[in-house]
Amino acid sequence: MRTNRRQFLKAASAAALLPMPAIAQGAGQKVVVIGGGFAGASAARFIKKGNPQIDVTLVEASPTFTACPFSNLVIGGLRDLRAQQFGYDKIRAAGVTVVIQPATGVDAQAKSITLANGTKLSYDRMVMAPGIDLRWDGLPGYTEQAAEIMPHAWKAGEQTLLLRNQLESMADGGTVVISAPANPFRCPPGPYERASLIAHYLKTKKPKSKVIILDAKDAFSKQRAFQQAWQQLYPDHLEWVSLSKGGKVNSVDASTKTLKTDFSDVKADVANIVPPQRAAAIAQTAGVADRTGWCPIDPVTLESKLVPNIHVVGDAGIMGAMPKSAFSANSQAKVCAAAVTALLAGRTPLEPRLINTCYSVVAPDYGITVAGVYRPKDGVLADVEGAGGVSPLDAPRENRALEAEFADGWFKTITGEVFG
Amino acid sequence: MDATRIIVAAAIVLASANVAHAADAPPGAASCSGCHAASASVQTPVPPLNGRPAADTVSQMAEFKSGARKGTIMDRIAKGFTEDETRAIAAWYEQQK
Repeated sequence: MRTNRRQFLKAASAAALLPMPAIAQGAGQKVVVIGGGFAGASAARFIKKGNPQIDVTLVEASPTFTACPFSNLVIGGLRDLRAQQFGYDKIRAAGVTVVIQPATGVDAQAKSITLANGTKLSYDRMVMAPGIDLRWDGLPGYTEQAAEIMPHAWKAGEQTLLLRNQLESMADGGTVVISAPANPFRCPPGPYERASLIAHYLKTKKPKSKVIILDAKDAFSKQRAFQQAWQQLYPDHLEWVSLSKGGKVNSVDASTKTLKTDFSDVKADVANIVPPQRAAAIAQTAGVADRTGWCPIDPVTLESKLVPNIHVVGDAGIMGAMPKSAFSANSQAKVCAAAVTALLAGRTPLEPRLINTCYSVVAPDYGITVAGVYRPKDGVLADVEGAGGVSPLDAPRENRALEAEFADGWFKTITGEVFG
Repeated sequence: MDATRIIVAAAIVLASANVAHAADAPPGAASCSGCHAASASVQTPVPPLNGRPAADTVSQMAEFKSGARKGTIMDRIAKGFTEDETRAIAAWYEQQK
């Protein structure tokens, strides 16, 4: 092959346009991740892994992470809370700078974050993974003080133990009432898994007692699989009251542990209120949350649709068909990490495919799942049609036992990948 | 220096700069390690994918997809990927340590 001088110059000038030699790409570039849960810790780790030259800082308020998935087993008396807790040492060892401080301010113009101790961190790109805030204005009577009497246990830790202790102290013959919120909220199958494991505890330890779910919805995640399991395992110990049957809780009175619906005042011995939620306050501060309280994102890069150079992953985001789960958060974080490293290197991110898998443990030997596969479509993360769905109702009983076993494997795997 | 070689070299560098890195995981692959542990030290009944022959992964996925192999959950997930997507994911995992 012969080349002329023009072709030569064209190629040479194209080569000269390259931003940097590949070896130094990313040197001096800064990414700050806010939030050290499944979403943020995964993002920090995978950005560092994707390009070790990038300076990655993970900002998290608490030195210990307490995982929500499997925390219902703690509430059911089947697991120690310590099995839910993870530190950040391995993430530090992977080359990520971990700063234990609450983030209090974001200046998106200056691309800078302020921490509670006054430190300022600048970034080229930021990943926002702050999780949820409970809306203390969302349910009349349900305040932070009321939550000390009627726990939410929707952020794992002290609240998980509080609910567990109340169940242990309750006399046999008592009534446990769970209030489940309208969509969207963190962990859509969570209230129903929790009711199942509380029913398991009551059936085995306090058989004259009962758990009632008062629901602001007429339909819920894995509904038919849950209801089939309840019929088989807990026919006398669990009752679900739907929205149309008057299940919506309008207000609560902590002094009497009473939940008020349109039709009645329900007096509880133990009350568990799962209140309405929104993206955590720092997302509102940064301007990445819209009027729904959640954060709209581009489905390819997971970059905020409202503020450039800030990506949002995990429960705080509006993720289309993807539920707010730890698996989704981890899956989104890895896609986001690839997009962030590509964008910082001047490359175009690939159009992603994402998976979600949610295990719910209904009894120690009885697990059910919902799965989904997702792709960007019309500006959102949409279901890939024909894929996913809930554990089939006609599956053999040994599948339920296998899914409980796989649930345990899943927890070890995902926490190993993120924190191990 | 030979001009042809410079053009070829520049084209290769440009291609890798603009599109994905060859080492980038293909779409969908990153999600798998949520259940299929990348580290051998994790105790789970779910088999690892790292280093697994691509042909094996591809045929298992095809069987899950067709229903020839019953699964608990992989039958539902396999249906979300085309043959080409599955092949790319399988090839990538074969290369992972």
